[in-house]
Amino acid sequence: MKTITIDGRSIPFEEGQTIMDAALAADVYIPHLCHNPEFTPHGSCKLCNVKVNGRTCSACTMLAAEGQDVINNSKELNDARRAITQMLFVEGNHICPGCEKSGNCQLQALGYHFNMLDAHFPYFYPRREVDASHPDVLLDRDRCILCELCVRASRDVDHKNVFDIAGRGINAHLIVNSATGKLADSVLEVDDKAVEVCPVGAILVKHHGYEVPIGQRLYDHHDIAEISLMTEGGGSDE
Amino acid sequence: MHSTRVEDCKAFVETLIHRYQCNPTELIRILREIQDRYRHVPDAAIEALASQLSLPRSRIVGVIEFYSFLHTAPRGRYDVLLSDSISDHMLGKQSLMDDLCRKLGVAPGVTRADGQVSVDNTSCTGLCDQGPAGLVNGYAVTRLTSGRIDRMVPLINESVPLAEWPSDFFAIDDNIRRADLLLNERPEPGAALAALLERGADALLDEIDRSGLRGRGGAGFNTAMKWRFCREAEGDAHYVVCNADEGEPGTFKDRVLLDSYADQVFEGMTLCARIIGARRGFLYLRGEYRYLLKPLQDLLAQRRQKGLLGDDILGATGFNFDIDIHLGAGAYICGEESALIESLEGKRGIPRNRPPYPVTHGYLGRPTVVNNVETLAAAAAIAVHGGQWFAAVGTAKSKGTKILSICGDCARPGIYEYPFGTPIRDILTDCGAGGTLGIQVGGPSGTFIEPGEYDRRLGFEDLATGGSFMIFDASRSLLDIVGNFTHFFAHESCGFCTPCRVGTSLMKNTLDKIHSGHGTAGDLVELRSLCELIKEHSHCGLGHTAANPIIETLERFPDLYEQRLKAIVFEPGFDLDGALEAARQLTGRDDSAAHLQQVDR
Ligand SMILES: Cc1cc2nc3c(=O)[nH]c(=O)nc-3n(C[C@H](O)[C@H](O)[C@H](O)COP(=O)(O)O)c2cc1C
Ligand code: SF4
Ligand code: SF4
Repeated sequence: MKTITIDGRSIPFEEGQTIMDAALAADVYIPHLCHNPEFTPHGSCKLCNVKVNGRTCSACTMLAAEGQDVINNSKELNDARRAITQMLFVEGNHICPGCEKSGNCQLQALGYHFNMLDAHFPYFYPRREVDASHPDVLLDRDRCILCELCVRASRDVDHKNVFDIAGRGINAHLIVNSATGKLADSVLEVDDKAVEVCPVGAILVKHHGYEVPIGQRLYDHHDIAEISLMTEGGGSDE
Repeated sequence: MHSTRVEDCKAFVETLIHRYQCNPTELIRILREIQDRYRHVPDAAIEALASQLSLPRSRIVGVIEFYSFLHTAPRGRYDVLLSDSISDHMLGKQSLMDDLCRKLGVAPGVTRADGQVSVDNTSCTGLCDQGPAGLVNGYAVTRLTSGRIDRMVPLINESVPLAEWPSDFFAIDDNIRRADLLLNERPEPGAALAALLERGADALLDEIDRSGLRGRGGAGFNTAMKWRFCREAEGDAHYVVCNADEGEPGTFKDRVLLDSYADQVFEGMTLCARIIGARRGFLYLRGEYRYLLKPLQDLLAQRRQKGLLGDDILGATGFNFDIDIHLGAGAYICGEESALIESLEGKRGIPRNRPPYPVTHGYLGRPTVVNNVETLAAAAAIAVHGGQWFAAVGTAKSKGTKILSICGDCARPGIYEYPFGTPIRDILTDCGAGGTLGIQVGGPSGTFIEPGEYDRRLGFEDLATGGSFMIFDASRSLLDIVGNFTHFFAHESCGFCTPCRVGTSLMKNTLDKIHSGHGTAGDLVELRSLCELIKEHSHCGLGHTAANPIIETLERFPDLYEQRLKAIVFEPGFDLDGALEAARQLTGRDDSAAHLQQVDR
């Protein structure tokens, strides 16, 4: 069996697996946000950056290979990951206490995980469009972190190409595939994978607000590492 | 849009789609032509393209909004862009811009109400030795002066067609000041290919190997090794791409090569094609060099006529190769080889995850060699003169010569070719520079050196450069320079990865805060760690180098930063009084109680 080491532990891998795949299968948590094992790896959020033989790489896109010595859970990396999480917070408008996703949001959960106590960077307060046109789905771009999970899900699973990214740099933003640019005029349906997959509160299903009170939700009581390994790890039933 | 316009637009898209054979990889070329005709990409065109190319319309909008030269809202019938490079600023760009805007009655970035004109900034146009420069409807104008601006205003207001503008506006000089191995002689067109056919592909590849040629685009990868990897990679097609994106501010040597040595560049591509087994090649020409498109296309046609391109090249059965020119649309990131390939495929220029590298998975997932213009020109010369001819010049790890494009504070800006190993001091003497603050070697992503370092040498061992060499004399403000570079990176970040997308903007804002005298010691500490984070954790070379200007100058000139700091511990990141403006407008108040003092007087 071929192996790599992660933080000194020997981890088996199969040909074609990424470092992230191998880690999850062995129940080793590498923080991640734009990665979801159901979709093609993307490598954009950079939370899963690890050191491989001294070089920084994204664990979700880097193929595992014999001889890799991976550092994952170091203070240096976790400090950087906290800063990257803070960047995502200040880039958008995240008013967590009033957000329907609070407690189920992976961005917020990573904030907890890294013991993030403030936003650290100055807020950008960008002006972003809210799209409430669709009868069943709300798109609040204030909370979008540009992970492209909805883009990938709509393209690869739903085969509808409802979402895409436009703009460049700090002006990058999510757009909708319809003549008006509005969700109501797109072919999106509430059962689409693209709706379910959003890790934050940018895409929300309407008519189901606050069914579970804030404070009693998933990440209110469980660390994201624990949940990730339970649902995406080796012991999960995927 | 009126219905006749809609019909016209649909018909135009129809002809384009026909011309480009309904191929979605041609999207950017198609969009450029639409932009040219309508000064934007109208909704009707997006609609028609989406249905006929079977692309989601969001994908098309995404592409338009990615490239600086494509727009969803109309630009002026005259779209004037002034180059924002530091070298243009040093030649007085800003006052010309203000002058032009005032005389035309436009604000930068906003099309005049009558639709006649728009004026805006654009990243370095690669004319730094003859600036301030700009683009009018995509065509380069040089040596702008207030006199030229005064002449330009009526031409625009009176709708004089560009073809009737005075030709001196568009004059572009090569300014070759020092020639060596490559620039001294031009091999006869076909000479390299004749050598190739005489000696065989293996022998020629060995010759390139012997020359020690390394990539001239920046990274310095061994060229023979790249070609060999690609040749050995499996795929049902192989491709050669010449990277003529030349976006690094201060670099303009590829422009001169394509202006005066293009035969040699095409020859290098054809040589590479034979060696790796490619039948198709692309020249990715930056949009700013659009004026070169026609002459280059004409040259390709000539080469076809001479049997140097096309089928059975020089009579060798099965030696089939042709070259297509793709014009970029304003995005520095498209110089990064995998982003360039995405752009060639008709997409946003987002760098791919690597590995796999283009040599195995490039254009359309096939093995692809991407080389810089100068690398390919050198390869052609090596085929003619032999590897030893090249390897005899230079240093242990950097063989041959390097073409520099020199600009800034010196008497003779222009093109200089030097053997690797040449000390910086000699270069400064040749171009007539003195009393310097320092030199930016390799462009904003490169290295800033100060006078104590002028014994350092040109080469991959010490000072590597893609060609940019910007000289600053002691009258220049270091923070102005660093600010210009930092704004450039924030503007050109593709937005894919968090550290660069958010980080370059944070870095820009923090630097501006310090530069404008509002920074504190805490901000400087913050800036340092932000720089390290962006450098370490970004996805591609743009992010890896975007913090270099700050890191390098903070190391050498900490005082220049510290002098600008405020003595207080904390300074708000935003303007308290400014934040009340909306409230003042809403309440119609402007009395003293409606204002907040930022700091206690
Ligand atoms: C942001 C960025 C911009 C680049 N721009 C250019 C460019 O304009 N021209 C170029 O030849 N290489 C550029 N490169 C380097 C290319 O990725 C690539 O290494 C080069 O084209 C390979 O050719 P060479 O081996 O002949 O140097 C750039 C790289 C990065 C990261
Ligand atoms: S809407 Fe959600 S899933 Fe889509 S890119 Fe934004 S954060 Fe990601
Ligand atoms: S480093 Fe910058 S330019 Fe490169 S992928 Fe990330 S956002 Fe894009």
